[in-house]
Amino acid sequence: MSEITPDLVRHLANLARIDVTDQEVDLFTGQLGLIVDSMAAIKEAVAGDVPATSHPIPMANVYREDVVEPSLSQAEALSAAPDSADGRFRVHAILDEE
Amino acid sequence: MAKDELMNYEKALEQFEVVIGLEVHVELNTNTKMFCGCRNEFGDEPNTNVCPICIGLPGSLPAVNKRAVESSIKIGLALGCDIAPNGRFARKNYFYPDLAKNFQTSQYDEPIAFEGSLEVEVPSGNTFTVQIERAHMEEDAGKLTHVGGSTGRIQGAEYSLVDYNRAGVPLVEIVTKPVYGAGAEAPELAAAYVRSIREIVKGLGVSDAKMERGNVRCDANVSLRPHGQEKLGTRTETKNVNSLRSIERAVRYEIQRQAALLAKGTAIIQETRHWHEDKGATSSGRPKSDADDYRYFPEPDLVPVQPSKEWIEELRAGLPEKPADRRKRVQAEWGFADLEFRDVVNAGLMDQIEESVSAGAKPQAARKWWTGELARIANSQDKDVIDLEISGAYVAELANLVEAGKINDRLAREVLTYVLDGEGSPAEVVAKRGLEVVSDDGALIAAIEAALAKQPDVLDAIREGRMQAAGAVIGAVMQAMKGSADAGRVRELLIEMANK
Repeated sequence: MSEITPDLVRHLANLARIDVTDQEVDLFTGQLGLIVDSMAAIKEAVAGDVPATSHPIPMANVYREDVVEPSLSQAEALSAAPDSADGRFRVHAILDEE
Repeated sequence: MAKDELMNYEKALEQFEVVIGLEVHVELNTNTKMFCGCRNEFGDEPNTNVCPICIGLPGSLPAVNKRAVESSIKIGLALGCDIAPNGRFARKNYFYPDLAKNFQTSQYDEPIAFEGSLEVEVPSGNTFTVQIERAHMEEDAGKLTHVGGSTGRIQGAEYSLVDYNRAGVPLVEIVTKPVYGAGAEAPELAAAYVRSIREIVKGLGVSDAKMERGNVRCDANVSLRPHGQEKLGTRTETKNVNSLRSIERAVRYEIQRQAALLAKGTAIIQETRHWHEDKGATSSGRPKSDADDYRYFPEPDLVPVQPSKEWIEELRAGLPEKPADRRKRVQAEWGFADLEFRDVVNAGLMDQIEESVSAGAKPQAARKWWTGELARIANSQDKDVIDLEISGAYVAELANLVEAGKINDRLAREVLTYVLDGEGSPAEVVAKRGLEVVSDDGALIAAIEAALAKQPDVLDAIREGRMQAAGAVIGAVMQAMKGSADAGRVRELLIEMANK
């Protein structure tokens, strides 16, 4: 069985700033457990000499030159914001983390 | 803020060994951000250097700034690090509005540079080798302004305003291994280390390196353990200490605070702490998250960075002289005594003096102005000397005006205040304000005769060989001419008059 416990799901939800009901905790515990178990099965299938791979195609060194491109205007940048003030995005204060 | 109990510093060091670790963030001075083409510029209107990539709009894809990678490799090489043949970016997941994506693109287990070291000299002249664990690339976060509560514009309303201009600006984070053995000099070592990093990145030309703008920021880890104990004590991490002076103060404070707690048998809480410059104290921040809580994973939108050997060697060949080598060379060139030179290094004034010397000043004169009058003025304004609005060339001009006898030291100090006020070069100020010393014989003779009228015996005394008698007249002339008389010429004229 996986190491995913209801407490771990609550911890994850807290890190992601998501409110979860007890029902959802049960649901996600099962779902996340299944994913983690599946990954464990894949891990068993590959030998230790296979390097970790983040991309299926062996590609590297894709760079952009250091040249300025047009940005959005302030109005455009803020257009989808639920709230804004003084040219800035306005959000709930989370002072205890600053 | 509750007042912390502090142990006397010497007593704390008798009981405990200090271990420090430093994380320095260097903001690169590229034209554009790390992953998009928005301008990397300080002080622009909020949210004008932003695009779908750096405000995390769905479907946007990052692309790595080549010059930022190049600058990071240069920093790694200058710190004696190995450059990773294969580096990867990783997502550091956290939900906080300073980054709109809900993760910071950083590097985790495959940093671009690792295993370096840096020789750092502290004010006493002792040298310590600081081991560098790694230097990795990442992006800066946006700037939050908290409104409400005590600052309340709208009573009771509490919210934060976010400017994402800084979000995505390229950073290199340099992390040391634990530093042992600095003892009482740990605070000085922390500050000297950051000063060295600043010197290096400035010398490389990869960062503006202005601490007051946050181009170089330091997080200082401090832990204590009883002498002889092998296990490291619990550490605290004091965040964003933004001047060399506050780094020194913050480390010293943490040593005294932790020592007082440990002596009472209270455990240190592993946490981030904030330094308050005004109060001269740290306060508790959030408990430090486990690395696990950041759920790092390889960034799927970016491919690995694999710098070729040729590229690395090309960059290595282009590195400027190492700071330690440069120090040896210039000290010999300038002929400074060890103590004089140490003062220059500790004040971080090598660049300024070098600029003044190459503009024609004599090394000793340049040193005297920079470490003397200019340092005094900066100190009185609570500034760093290097932040004064004066160039090395202007200081050279000033020193040479004194050397040529156009102005004396007192006038030079006056000229300096006008130069700092932006009135122009020293020569311009002298001309505009008529501050040249008076060596016009007519004016001097008139002043001498007026002085002699009050002290008629002086000429006789000079004739009898008692030259010290001349001092009273020279002093009177100086006073009458408000310090602008050429004292040497006054003396010559007096002797001429006595021998007539």
